[in-house]
Amino acid sequence: MHIDHAEQARTAGEQLHHFHGGLRLRHNKKNSCETPLENAPLPSLFYVPLLQQYGKEAEVTVATGQKVLKGDAIGCFGHLGSGCVHAPSSGVVKALVRRPISHPSGSDGWCVVIEPDGLDQWKELEPLTDWIKADPALLRQKIRDSGIVGLGGAVFPTAYKADDASSRGIHTLILNGSECEPYISCDEMLMREQPDSIVLGARILQRAVGATRTVIAIEDQMGAVNHALKQAVENVGDKSIKIVKVTTIYPEGGEKQLIQVLTGLEVPAGGRPADLGLLCQNVATASAVAQAVVEGKPLVERIVTVTGNGIRKPRNLVARVGTPISDLVDQCGGYTNDVARLVLGGPMMGYSLNSDANPVIKAANCILALTELDIRQSQAEMPCIRCGECARVCPAVLLPQQLDWLIRNQQWDDAADCGLTDCIECGCCDMVCPSHIPLTSWFCFGKSELRSLAIERKQAETAKHRYEARDARLLRIKQERRQRMDEKKRAIKDKAEKQKKLAEAISRSRARQDRNE
Amino acid sequence: MLVRMIDQTVLPATAQIPDLSCNLRANVLAAVLAITFLGGLFGLGLGWAARRFHVETDPVIDQIEAILPQTQCGQCNYPGCRPYAEAIASREAGINQCPPGGEAGIKALAALLGMESMPLNPENGEEKPKAVAVIDELACIGCTLCIQACPVDAILGASKQMHTVIESECTGCDLCLPPCPVDCIDMVIRYPDVSDWKWPKPRPVVSGTALIPDEIPSAGHH
Amino acid sequence: MSRKFDTGVAPYFPPQSTVAGVMRQVLYALLPGIIVYTWFFGPGILVQILLAVIFALLFETLMLKARKQSLKPFLGDWSAVVTAVLFALCLPPLAPWWVALVGMLFAIVVAKHLYGGLGQNMFNPAMVGYVVVLISFPQVMALWSPPTSIASHSLAIGDVFSTVFTGKLPPGLTWDAVSEATPLDAIRTSLASGHMVSEARQSPVFGDFGGLGWEWIANMYALGGFWLLWRRIISWHVPVMMVGSVVALGLVAYLVDPGSNPVPLQHLFSGALVLGAFFIATDPVTGCTSTRGRLIFGVGVGIITLSIRRWGGYPDGVAFAVLLMNMAAPLIDRYTRPRIFGH
Repeated sequence: MHIDHAEQARTAGEQLHHFHGGLRLRHNKKNSCETPLENAPLPSLFYVPLLQQYGKEAEVTVATGQKVLKGDAIGCFGHLGSGCVHAPSSGVVKALVRRPISHPSGSDGWCVVIEPDGLDQWKELEPLTDWIKADPALLRQKIRDSGIVGLGGAVFPTAYKADDASSRGIHTLILNGSECEPYISCDEMLMREQPDSIVLGARILQRAVGATRTVIAIEDQMGAVNHALKQAVENVGDKSIKIVKVTTIYPEGGEKQLIQVLTGLEVPAGGRPADLGLLCQNVATASAVAQAVVEGKPLVERIVTVTGNGIRKPRNLVARVGTPISDLVDQCGGYTNDVARLVLGGPMMGYSLNSDANPVIKAANCILALTELDIRQSQAEMPCIRCGECARVCPAVLLPQQLDWLIRNQQWDDAADCGLTDCIECGCCDMVCPSHIPLTSWFCFGKSELRSLAIERKQAETAKHRYEARDARLLRIKQERRQRMDEKKRAIKDKAEKQKKLAEAISRSRARQDRNE
Repeated sequence: MLVRMIDQTVLPATAQIPDLSCNLRANVLAAVLAITFLGGLFGLGLGWAARRFHVETDPVIDQIEAILPQTQCGQCNYPGCRPYAEAIASREAGINQCPPGGEAGIKALAALLGMESMPLNPENGEEKPKAVAVIDELACIGCTLCIQACPVDAILGASKQMHTVIESECTGCDLCLPPCPVDCIDMVIRYPDVSDWKWPKPRPVVSGTALIPDEIPSAGHH
Repeated sequence: MSRKFDTGVAPYFPPQSTVAGVMRQVLYALLPGIIVYTWFFGPGILVQILLAVIFALLFETLMLKARKQSLKPFLGDWSAVVTAVLFALCLPPLAPWWVALVGMLFAIVVAKHLYGGLGQNMFNPAMVGYVVVLISFPQVMALWSPPTSIASHSLAIGDVFSTVFTGKLPPGLTWDAVSEATPLDAIRTSLASGHMVSEARQSPVFGDFGGLGWEWIANMYALGGFWLLWRRIISWHVPVMMVGSVVALGLVAYLVDPGSNPVPLQHLFSGALVLGAFFIATDPVTGCTSTRGRLIFGVGVGIITLSIRRWGGYPDGVAFAVLLMNMAAPLIDRYTRPRIFGH
C-alpha cells in the first residue's frame, strides 16, 4: 500500500536489510589508496568530448581560435536543457575534431580541442553564497548550469533528476558512498580527504529537493572514512545527516540494491526511487554540487582511480575532463610489461577502450589496466548446464539462463516478460557461470535490441495511423464530391421539373384561352 | 508366430488350441475396445479443455499486420500493408514479398504462421538500409504531385508553395520519386550516429587470451 | 604517445568454476561410495565402471564427430564419465559387457546427443541407459551378488573379468550359487507371498538398518553428497526434500501397516535412494532451476519412488521416478518462477 511504503521509506538507514544474491569479491583497493590524492598535471592538449552523458551530443558554443577561461561553457544541450560541458582550463580552442571519445562503441565523436595556456585561470565565478535561503529551483538551475551529472558512473543529469524528484516530493536524500566494485577507490579517497565538501553538498541537495534528512551509506570496511565523515558532520552540527555502514557485497552500491538494504523496499519496476520519496546521489556528485553552488565552479574535473596489475604505481588522481588517459598513466609510472586490456570503469561493469588516446570523461571513475594473466580464460564457452548459480546470485531476482536462451532465439516478447529490462548489468551471473557464458553481454545486446524494437514499433504504429487517417480523408473528400454532384443533379432535375410544370401550366392556360375564344 | 508365442507359455499337454485362440480373440477384442474407449474419452476431454481454456488472441490478420513495417510502399504488389496482411492470411501471397521488413520480418512471419522461413523474393525488391526522402528545395516547383503520392502524408506543402518532407514521418517507401516532374527528390540513407549505438551480439568466449579463436566449441545454439 | 589495446567485454576476470571442475568434484564425491562398494561386493563394480566409461567416451567421440563438433572441450568436460559411473553403479557387478554397451548407447547417443548434447537433454542420460537395460534384459539385471561376507562363493578379479566378457561363470559355479536377491527384492517377494516385512528382514542380506553392505554404501554416498553441498556444486533443496518425503511417507505407511511396510530407515538405506538424492536427482541439466521448483522436484521423486517400491512392478523406483519428474521439470519451472525485483 502506498501509505505503508512511504512510512517504511522514511525509516531509511535505521535497520539494515538484505538484497537477493550478490557476490563477495576481493576488493583490490589497497594499492590505490596508499598515496594521497594528487592533481594530474595539465596535458599539452585537452580533447573534451561533446557527448558526456547519455543522450545526444551537446551543441558546441565556441569557435576555433576563441580564447576560453576555465569553466566557460563550450557545449550546451538544446531540448533536454540539462547540463553543459565546460572548458577544463584556460587556453585557446584549437579545433573541433572527430576522434575517440571514450565511448563503449569505440567510435569517434566530436571533441573540442583546447590548448591550455598554463595559467589555469577561472572564469568569473558566480557562487550562490546565501544558498541556505535560496529558492530550491534556483539551486537546481545552478546545478544544471554547472554541468553536474551523476559521477557514480551513470552520468545522468543531476538537475533533471532533482527536478523530477522534487516535483514528486522527496523526504530522504541518500548519498551513495558504498563503492562496491573492486579496484575503484575514488569515492573512498574523496570521503577520506574532502568529507566537508560532501556534507556541504548533502545539505545543499537537501534544500534543493526539499528532503528533511540525509543518509550517507558507506561500506563496513571503510574505517577511516567513517571517522572522517563523522567529524565533518559534527563540525557542521547538522542533526539530519546520518552515516550508515552497509555490508560489503557486490553490487551493494547499485541504487536499487542500496535502497533495498536501507529501507527494505523495492523500487517498483519501471519506476524510480522518487516514487518512494527517496533521491539517491553519489558522494562525488554531492561534492561537485557543493563546489558549484558555494564556489560557483562548474564541473571540470573528477577523481579518477588509475589502478590494476598493469599499472606500475596505482593511485587516485584529480583529473580534468578531456585529459588523454595516456597522460594519467604516465603519471602513475606507466604500464607494466604484460598489460593487455584498458578498461574505463570497474572490472565488473566497465567497458574496454581501444587506445589510451581516449580522454577522461565525466563518467570515468576508474582506469583499470589488466594484465594477460588477469584476463586469461581457462575454458572456452560451453553450453549452459542449467546449474542455476546465475539465478542464485542475481540481485534483480531474474533467471539469467532463461533470458540467455530467449535472447539467443530472438524471442523478444518472452524475454521482456521474463524481466530483461530489469537487468542492472552487474555481471554477477557471469562470475559464477561454470560454462563461461558471456551472459551480461547477451543481456546488454538484448536490452538495446528491445529498445530499438520498441522504437521501430512505435514508428510503424504512427505510420499506420497516418496512412489510415489519409485513407479516411481521401474517402471523405470523395464522398463530399459525390454528395455535391448529387445535389447538383437534384437541383438540375428540380429545375427541369419546375420548367416542365411551368410549360404545362402555360399550355393549360393557353388551351383555356383558346377555348374561351 | 502365434504358435511360437504359445510355445513360450507354460501349457498343459492337453491344451486345446481352438479354445485358446478363441480366448486370444476375446482378449484382442477387449484390448481394442478398451483402447478405443480410452482414446475417445481422452479425445472428448481434450476437446472440452480446448474450449474451456481457450485464449482469445488477435485475429491472425492483425498479428501479421503488427509484424509488417507499415511502410505502405506497395513493393509487395498490394496497395498497402493491410491488404498484404490479408493476402498472407488467406494464403494468396507468400511471406517473402516485403523488402522493408527484410529478413527479420520474414522470420517473424514464419514463426507466427508456423511456416518455413524463406529468402526475400527478388522480384519484389531488395533489402536496403532505411532511407528518407529529401526534397531539393531549389528545384521544387510546387506541383503537389508528391504530396498526393505519399501514403502517410509526410510531405508538407501546397500548390505553388515549397514542399518539404517531414523526416520523422517518412517511411522510405519511394512512392514520391516517380511522380515528381523535375526529379528533385532523393533518398538519403540515415546513418546511425554514436548516440544511436546498440550493443553488438556477443562473440563466443575462447580459452586463453587470443582474440582469434583456435577452438570454439560450437554448441549449435548460437 | 598513445597505445592501442585489444578490447573485451565485462566482467574482465574469468569465472573460477568450470564445467570440468564441477564434474570432477562429482566424481571425487562418488569415490568413498565406490570404495566401500568394492569392499563389500567385490571388484565386479570396478569392471562395470571401467567398461561403462570406455563405452561412454567411445560413443561420445563418435557422436561429436558425427555432429561436427570439436572433441577437446566436450570430451574434456568429464560429463560422459560422470554419466558412465552413475550408470555403472546401478548395474549388478557381474553383468555382461554388452549391458554397459547398450546402456551407454542409449545414454550417450540417444538421451544426450540426439536431444542436443551437453546441457540440452531432457532426461537424465544415466537413468535412461539404466532403464533401457533393466527393461530389455530383466534376467541379467536381476543377478545381484550378495555381500562377500555372506556369499558362499565370491569371485576373484580374474574370474570377474572372464564372467563379464564371456557371460559364463567359472566352471563349477551356477548363477543360483553366486547371486542373491537384493534387500528390496527380498521384501517384494516375501510380501507377494504373503509374509510380513519383519519376516523378510530375517534374511542374511539385511544389515542393521538397511541392506547389509548397502547401508554403508549409502552412508558413503551421503558423505560425498555433503561434500558436494559444501562445495556448492549442488543445493540442499532436492536431497532434503527427496529424503524427507521418503522418510515422512515411509513413516506414515509404517505406522498404518507395519506388516507390509518397512521402517523408513530401511527405505533410506537400500537401493539407490541416497545415490539418487545426492547425485542423480540433483543433475542440473534435467532438474528444475528455481528453488521452489527443486523442492517440488525432490518431493515428486520421493513420492514416486515410494509408490513404485510399494505397488509397482520393480523393486527400486528411483530411476523411473527421476525420469518421470524430468518430464515434469519444465512445467514446474514455468510455474515456480521467482518474483522479479520491483514487480
